[in-house]
This record gives sequence, C-alpha cells and structure tokens, in this order.
Amino acid sequence: MSWILATPLVLPFLVAVLAFLTRAGPAGRWVSVAGNALLLAASVVLMVRVLDQGVVAAQMGGWGAPFGITLVADYLSAVMVVITAITSLAVSIYALTDVGGRKEHLGYHALFNVLIGGVVGAFLTGDLFNLYVWFEVMLISSFGLLVMGGTRAQIDGGVKYVTLNLISTILFLSGIGLIYGMTGTLNMADIARTMPEVENQGLVTVIAMMFMVAFGVKAAVFPLFFWLPAAYHTPAFSVSAVFAGLLTKVGVYALIRMFTLVFDGDVAFTHTILLWVAALTMVTGVLGAAAQSDMRKILSFHIVSQIGYMIMGLALMTPLAMAGAVFYLVHHIVVKANLFLIAGVAERITGSTELSRIGGMYKSAPFLAILFFIPAFSLAGFPPLSGFWAKYVLVAAAIEDSGWIIAAVALVVGLLTIFSMTKIWAEAFWKSHPEGTNPALTLMTQSERRNLLTPIAALATMTLVIGFYPDPFVTFAKDAAAQLLDPTAYLQAVLGVAS
Amino acid sequence: MEPLLAITIGILVAAAVYLMLARNVLRFIFGLVLISNAANLTIFVAGGLTAGAPPLITPGAEAPVGLVANALPQALVLTAIVIGFGLFAFALVLMFRAYTTLGTLYSDDMRVAEPRPEPKDAS
Repeated sequence: MSWILATPLVLPFLVAVLAFLTRAGPAGRWVSVAGNALLLAASVVLMVRVLDQGVVAAQMGGWGAPFGITLVADYLSAVMVVITAITSLAVSIYALTDVGGRKEHLGYHALFNVLIGGVVGAFLTGDLFNLYVWFEVMLISSFGLLVMGGTRAQIDGGVKYVTLNLISTILFLSGIGLIYGMTGTLNMADIARTMPEVENQGLVTVIAMMFMVAFGVKAAVFPLFFWLPAAYHTPAFSVSAVFAGLLTKVGVYALIRMFTLVFDGDVAFTHTILLWVAALTMVTGVLGAAAQSDMRKILSFHIVSQIGYMIMGLALMTPLAMAGAVFYLVHHIVVKANLFLIAGVAERITGSTELSRIGGMYKSAPFLAILFFIPAFSLAGFPPLSGFWAKYVLVAAAIEDSGWIIAAVALVVGLLTIFSMTKIWAEAFWKSHPEGTNPALTLMTQSERRNLLTPIAALATMTLVIGFYPDPFVTFAKDAAAQLLDPTAYLQAVLGVAS
Repeated sequence: MEPLLAITIGILVAAAVYLMLARNVLRFIFGLVLISNAANLTIFVAGGLTAGAPPLITPGAEAPVGLVANALPQALVLTAIVIGFGLFAFALVLMFRAYTTLGTLYSDDMRVAEPRPEPKDAS
C-alpha cells in the first residue's frame, strides 16, 4: 500500500543520482526523460487509487501517526502530483535541446529531478516539519538551477530570489516551532484535530499570519512577490518554464492546505485578509505586465496576477470557489509552463524575447503562432479554452457569495490579460521582423524541432481537452473542494479514527 | 529560563532585522545567520524546556523513568541547523559571485536583471 505513495517520491531522487552519474555524456538527458515518464506512470497509478478509495495515507517506517512521518494523498494532492509529472516530462523533453554543454556537465538534469522530487514531496507529505524539509529541497535545487550559467543577469536575479525566499523559510520554521509548542504534534491531521482545543485562540491567528506571510512569499502574492519578476526571466527557458509552472503553485497548495485544514478557526479574519491580498495580487500583477516589453517579463508578471485568482478561490471558502481554485491550479500549471516553452522557441528563431526586436512569426511560423494562441488566450480566459472555465467558476462563486467587488476585479484583470496577450501577439507574431528576416521553424534542425515542439503541442492539446470537455475536470475539482472543506476523510485516513 | 531565552530571541531578531534592512548584502547575510539562530531557539523554547535527565530508557524498561527532556525539538533544531548551514553557505558564495561579476555589494546598484527605464529626453 505504502509503495503507491512512496514511488512518485523516491523515483525523482533515483533519477537524479543516475543523471548525475551519467552527466558527462548524452545519456544523462535521456535518463531524465525516461525517469519522468516513469514518474508520470507512478502518479497516474496513485491517482487511480485515490479516485477509487478516497484519501490514501501511509505511515513511513511503520511509525503510526502522529509519531512518524505520514504520506497522504487526497484528490488535491493526487492531481497536483499528476500535473507535476506531466510538466516535468514535457520540460525534460524540451531540455534535450534547450540545455546542453556546460550546464549539462554541471549537473542540470540531476538538479532538475531533485527539484521535482521536492515538489512531489511537498504535495504528498502529511507532516508539517517534513513539508519544511521538502520546501528546502526545492529551494536549494532551484537556487542551483537559477544561477547555473552564471550570467550577470542570473546572479543579479538570484540574489533577490535567494534573499527573499530565505526570509520566508525562517518565518515558516518559526511558525512550525510555535505550533509544536502549542499542540505538541507536527502531524498536520493531528494539528487540525488538536487546534480547536488550544486555549489561546488569538495566538493561533498570530501563527496563521506567520504562515500566510511565509507561504505568501513562496506563492508570490502582493506585496511579497518582488523576487519573482526579478529572477524568472534570467535562467534557461526550460528552467523558467518549470519554475513558472510549479514553484509558486507549491506555495498556493501549502496555503490551501493549511488554511482549510489547520487555520480554519478564525475564517472571518484570516480569509478577509486573503481576499484583499487576492484582489491586490491580481491587479498589481497585471499592471506590472502591462508595463513590460519582454516576453518572459510579461509572462512573469502574469504568474503573479494569476496567483491572485487561486487565492481568491481560497479566500471565498465556498465549495464552488474552492473548486474554482483547484481547477485554476491545474489549468494554470499547464498553460504557464507552455507559454515559457514557446517563448524559448521564439527566442531561438527570432534571436530575442524583447518585443521591439522580434516579429514576423505569424507569417513564417504559423504552426508556432497557433501553438501560442491556445495557451495565451486560455490564460486570458477566452471561451472555450480552459482558462475561461476556470475564471467562470471563480466569478460565479464570487457572485454567489455577493462578492461583487472581487468579481469585478477578476473580470477587469481578465480584460487586461487580453491586452498583454494581444500585445505579444501583435508584436512578436503579427508585425514583420524589424530586421526583415523570416523567422521560420525550419531554421532549427529536425531533431531540435521534434524536441522543442512535441512538449509544446502536447501541453496545448491538454489545454484544448480541458477547454472542450470541462465537465469531468469541474466535477473532479468539486469533489476535491468537498474533501478540503470537510477534512473528516483526511483525518480518518491519517489518524485511523474519525474526529 | 523561558523569559531569559525569550529576551535573547528578541534581541537576536532585532539585531537581525536591523542588519537585513541594510543595503549592503553582506550585512544582510549576517542578519540572516542571526535570525535563523533566533528561529532555532524559538523551536527549542516553544518545545518546552525541562531541566530533566536525558531521555534514555534503562535496559528492560518500556518508558523512561522520571522527568526527561523532550528529544523532538532537539531533533528539529538539529535538522534546521544543518539545512540552514547549507543555505547559508550557498548564499555566501552567491554574494561573493555577485561581488565579482556585478562589482558591487549594494542591492540598490544591482539592476542588471531589471534595468531602470532609460530617462526620457527633457527637450
């Protein structure tokens, strides 16, 4: 039973070791691809099991909860692991061409798989201190990936990324210490059970705020997001794609987990703050993007803006809004990673990501234009693409809850997102190249085209599938939301007793 | 014992915040060391201080006898120290690289990734 939960966690680390040993030759990159394909298989097995049996939990080393470390997968965890595996497989194929030479020799593929292992661990763990450890695993490997190559811009962005993330880590750690002091346990389910019995509920809210700030930095919410647009446009494209897809979403996942399971005692206070944060995050992100003229910088600011939508779902705390947040998470990871991958191809054939220096791709690379169109306008929320349904569910939830202002903010930010996406479309695709060249896809060799375009096309297809057949995904998101809002099944699976 | 340690933690955090607000990233790093130690002490104190014996179990017994120290916060602090040390070493090397490649230790001058917009002509 426990191997179903442990396999997706152990696999990336085994792959990392193998990839490190074979980093001298081309074998290392294929090890990474094969390993991530296996990870996808393992995560699908876990998903099937979770769909079949509800919440699945396993006690590591046979130490019963709450004493040992528990791995637990509910609907949200399982779907996050699947989507992580899909993204990492896509990016590892892309990296076959995108990352080479020195970076490969320095151990890019090993670090990449350690990062994936950290992400999966954060999604699957049921222990607070263990969550901290996975965050650190993720953090240290992301530091390495970010500055690998050592250009001036990378070091500069790296300094900001590292400093702000380290502060968040320390807040998280202090919060864990205080929670342990209050409840005497680190098992998340056990904390959830004992939290209402704590005498000083005011102090619980204080700790909740520490966690909100700590995870808020990771999730890049207003006003804690400044490390993100400083760093995400500097590393290799495959690195920024996997960062953009997964890292901030781990922060959002941690917020959702903690603020539905543990800190649900003073919802009127904490979730009102979250709602304000959500609105400001959406607005500042999208306005920041409007001021940029580099493809990757625009996309980086849009990550911030989109995080606002997920936090909005969490802040509203109604079943429909939580379902919207879960749906948004899944849709966003696919779309965002894909857009960064496309930016990489655009740079390869036109020579830059700076919008004023590129152009002409609609005429000479129409296939890429279509591939860009799908995720870009899904991000903006065009029907019938996946982003439309995600925004639709969230706005419907806000109106149902009489949150007129937040609904209006969400709609206006959606409009402004269209503005940014049309800007990229008009500048990079529509207008002709300022130097008069024809940036066709045939500028790349056949194997380059295969490695770069296959993952992009696959992710775009996923966006289309979610867009045209949203029903099963929405139903699933609703089930996941129901599990989050009523953690009885979660507690039952971890602790073995109904609370 | 708790009030004394609490005050110590407070002083550490205050000094750390002061250092971390400096523009010089090297000062920031020193602040980071102080604050991570403050966090470790917080875990230690929050876990409950007991002036008891080490948590050892005599041969044959099922549980320790008498008042013993709580071993879990110590294990947590140890883990946190090890991780913190690794992160600190990385941050230190990064700052050194920043100094050699960017030629400055002042965060205000680190504008390579996000250059200031070029000033518009006054005319």
